Amino acid sequence: MSFLNVIRRRLMFLILVLFGVTVITFTISNLIPGDPARMIAGDRATPEIVQNIREDLGLDKPLPVQYLRYLEGVVQGDFGNSIRTRRPVLEDLRIFFPATLELALTALFFATALGIPLGVASAVWKDKPIDHFVRVIAVTGISTPAFWLGLLVILLFYGNLGWLPSGGRIDPSLEMPTRVTGFLMIDSLLAGDFQAFGSALKHILLPAFTLGFVHLGVVARQVRAAMLEELQQDYIRTAKANGLSRFKVVFTEALPNAMIPSITVLGLALGDLLYGAVLTETVFAWPGMGAYVVNSIQALDFPAVMGFTVVVSLAYVLINLAVDLIYMAVDPRIREVS
Amino acid sequence: MADPVLKIDGLEVLFPGFAGDVHAVNGVDLDVQPGEIVGLVGESGSAKSVTAMTALGLLPTGAFRQSAGTISILGRDVATMSEREMNKLRGGDVAMIFQEPQTALNPTKTIGKQMLRVIELHSDLRGMAARDRAIELLKDMRINDAEEILGRYPFELSGGMRQRILIGMAFACSPKLLVADEPTTALDVTVQRQVLQLLHAKARQTGASVLFISHDLAVISQFCDRIYVMYAGRVVESGPAQKVLGNPQHPYTAALIEALPEDADPGAPLASIPGTVPNLVNPPKGCAFQARCRHAHAACDSRPVLTDVGSKHQAACWLREEISA
Repeated sequence: MSFLNVIRRRLMFLILVLFGVTVITFTISNLIPGDPARMIAGDRATPEIVQNIREDLGLDKPLPVQYLRYLEGVVQGDFGNSIRTRRPVLEDLRIFFPATLELALTALFFATALGIPLGVASAVWKDKPIDHFVRVIAVTGISTPAFWLGLLVILLFYGNLGWLPSGGRIDPSLEMPTRVTGFLMIDSLLAGDFQAFGSALKHILLPAFTLGFVHLGVVARQVRAAMLEELQQDYIRTAKANGLSRFKVVFTEALPNAMIPSITVLGLALGDLLYGAVLTETVFAWPGMGAYVVNSIQALDFPAVMGFTVVVSLAYVLINLAVDLIYMAVDPRIREVS
Repeated sequence: MADPVLKIDGLEVLFPGFAGDVHAVNGVDLDVQPGEIVGLVGESGSAKSVTAMTALGLLPTGAFRQSAGTISILGRDVATMSEREMNKLRGGDVAMIFQEPQTALNPTKTIGKQMLRVIELHSDLRGMAARDRAIELLKDMRINDAEEILGRYPFELSGGMRQRILIGMAFACSPKLLVADEPTTALDVTVQRQVLQLLHAKARQTGASVLFISHDLAVISQFCDRIYVMYAGRVVESGPAQKVLGNPQHPYTAALIEALPEDADPGAPLASIPGTVPNLVNPPKGCAFQARCRHAHAACDSRPVLTDVGSKHQAACWLREEISA
């Protein structure tokens, strides 16, 4: 099967997923006790005012009708208006999603840039001190709550050492670069504003480390396991018998093949990072989707919450599609079978 | 006589384990002369492969310990060679082919990529010249559509094809010694024969010495000039192939020959050697074959050494000593 076929099949699948996601979130939103109309109207509003708001928002219609109306909007790219911010949800997401994606990708970069070498070292020097060290790091990473780790690094790097800022995306005294990608680090470079870039980089270090630390362990463990598996394959022995150096055997023979199963883990990690950012963003006052959705939940802002859910699900499916395509690109056996 | 291409003296190898060290190789002496095809035969667990893999430094580091003995390849003591020198030797002057052609090639790289890698590593050929050499090697192995095969992945090819490719790769840089570890065991019989003939012809044509490891006496007898019979990490009999197989002097060799299905009467149960290979965590003090030997007697409690039982023919058994005494 060709790349195009995979893409086509996955996109059809995507429609089903989005349908399921909207049904579930819509149902749950309406099962939660609480009345958005009353929240908007405030404590002292008369029942008539509340009723008017309810009718304005279409909340007086039967649920299926409300759902179909919502779906009608979604397929046209209209996620409704946020009850809390009074802006279209899509516009809000356009502001907050890039911030979260920038944080998640930086965290993923951190997790892979450290996790892959640590995993490789751990497998090559199995049962040696470096292996024990990596295993400790991995278990620590997986079992450390992000909010606690976040507070700890703020205490150390902001409180005690004063090296890094405690929150936000950029120094408030600096002018924000022109928005192109929504990624501050890229936008500031595009604008040639190195001061803003430096500030953005400093601001992202602690939250990206905190968010990425959990996945650093996951990645290191996965790469270690996959490398151990590959290193005992017969083709490794052939490579050695062919006179390839130890370095080449590890990096040109074993590692590329070990990365094939690891790609799945990286794809899942990126998905996790997107919604895992919710807690981290709260700790670091990072103005991303996580903070946005937490505030929206508290305000019973259902259109916003549903918009968030749909976008994250969409991202999940697209990431998985990317994983499948990468699989096909790197493994000729999968190209053949599918 | 020229230096032997491979000479192993008093080799002992053990694998540390939870239950105690496994004494896999217990004092093996072995040599391969230039141009000679030498067979190493014995049942599973007799340490044939371990002996060869140790010689080429291919056992996973840390998993084993060479506790005694010296190995020299082309007149050089392997112990004095650096990792870099060994890498230069492997794939160049010394090549190896393995038992499982299914898994011996990297599944995600094309045949061409894997062949060029060896050629470019050990010769001055680059680019198209290296590619031409690869095609020539494949053609020598009777692979007709060689150009096309270079672009294929291992999983697209049959086992016999893969093993021929591996043999071609092994001969890429005109090795002086080829270690073939059960190269045909995983293939079916018709393919086996074809692959063996190719290997044999190529070895004779290039003058390469071959250390041929097999548990298949029939294959060994057709293929080898001289053979070593191994049991429980020791050589129990050695000599020219016809002599050892025609007139075995060790009860183990004799039992192996009797167990060949070719001579069995149709319908009659096949002959076998009762019992199993001894536990090598605590190797028996005397002759290792004693427990399974029909000639075992009191003398077998102490270990027999290899002694001449004919011209260039040696066996390690008390029986022969008594007869000759």
